Amino acid sequence: MRAIDPHIHMVSRTTDDYLKLAMGGIHTVAEPAFWAGFDRGSADGFRDYFHSLTVTEPARAERFGIRHYCWIGLNSKEAENLGLAEEVLALLPEFLDRPNVLGIGEVGLNKNSRNEIKVLERQFALAQRRNELLLIHTPHLEDKLKGTRIIMDLILSEPRLRPERVLIDHAEEHTIAEIKENGFWFGLTLYPNSKGSPERAIDAVERFGTERLCINSSADWSVSDPLSILKCANEMRRRGYPQEAIDKVFFDNPRMFMSQCPKFVTG
Amino acid sequence: MTPPYQKMNATEILDLYFIENRARLLDIASFLDRIDRYEGAEEAKKDFRYRAFQKALDLARSPGERTVAIQRSLSDPTSEPIASAVGLKAYGAWPGRES
Repeated sequence: MRAIDPHIHMVSRTTDDYLKLAMGGIHTVAEPAFWAGFDRGSADGFRDYFHSLTVTEPARAERFGIRHYCWIGLNSKEAENLGLAEEVLALLPEFLDRPNVLGIGEVGLNKNSRNEIKVLERQFALAQRRNELLLIHTPHLEDKLKGTRIIMDLILSEPRLRPERVLIDHAEEHTIAEIKENGFWFGLTLYPNSKGSPERAIDAVERFGTERLCINSSADWSVSDPLSILKCANEMRRRGYPQEAIDKVFFDNPRMFMSQCPKFVTG
Repeated sequence: MTPPYQKMNATEILDLYFIENRARLLDIASFLDRIDRYEGAEEAKKDFRYRAFQKALDLARSPGERTVAIQRSLSDPTSEPIASAVGLKAYGAWPGRES
């Protein structure tokens, strides 16, 4: 098995998890900047976090032969404090220039509030100016459909943001069709209690096809599983799919999307 | 077990997934029994989440795209941004405009 996990929060995982990833055949990972489980009190807190994503985690991964990439951005859960948000946004260009950074992410909406939208628009403007790839976080649960539509409207209203350079993550059955129709990539997240299961993810593959699809674990500090993409690949295998189809979903597709950033090379 | 490179038929899907989904069905039934058994059951059943859950169960027995129908029934149907997210969380079902 050869797989890429395009969305995993290794800063929240043990070093033993890196070993498990390597032994399972996951030799390339991408880690989006996200909410740490608490609101940070200062821009320095974000600076330290971005440093860990661009220096510490690549070094931890390298010990196991894993290539570690990341995405830098201000998550929507910490966007209500506009003063702090401004300070964090000012940090982004410095870190976006670092060698393992693929683009701006994960940025998006949480509860679909006006301040969340303001901060997201600022990051879209930065993406335009720098021609960065975008990794989009969509809201959870009852807020997902509305938030996904707001995000797509914002992007589509700006011609310099091209949908083929944007991955809209945490898609589910009720949002996939609209995301695909608008030309975006979409991500399915395998998360035991609140998002999708391997069975539902492969049902979505059968229903919507494999084009512009990436499947990820989003494994973090909560109830999550860093090996879930391997379990999902096995779900595809037990339904009788050939290895080429499995490789397309779990290796070729994430490589194709992230290769739009010239810094990306697979291990 | 289906040999490699051969797509399954519907009966094989039933064979493969029946037992684990039987267990999930019993988990749901047990969850509803648990609510009935505990003090304050009638109040809990008035909660928007309980009512949304019952509606979703009906949708699960209806023909068509059941998963999408349930997802939509649990979603905020509005399109306007909210004023502030401070102190708010996601519930899994839409509480309505008054909440």
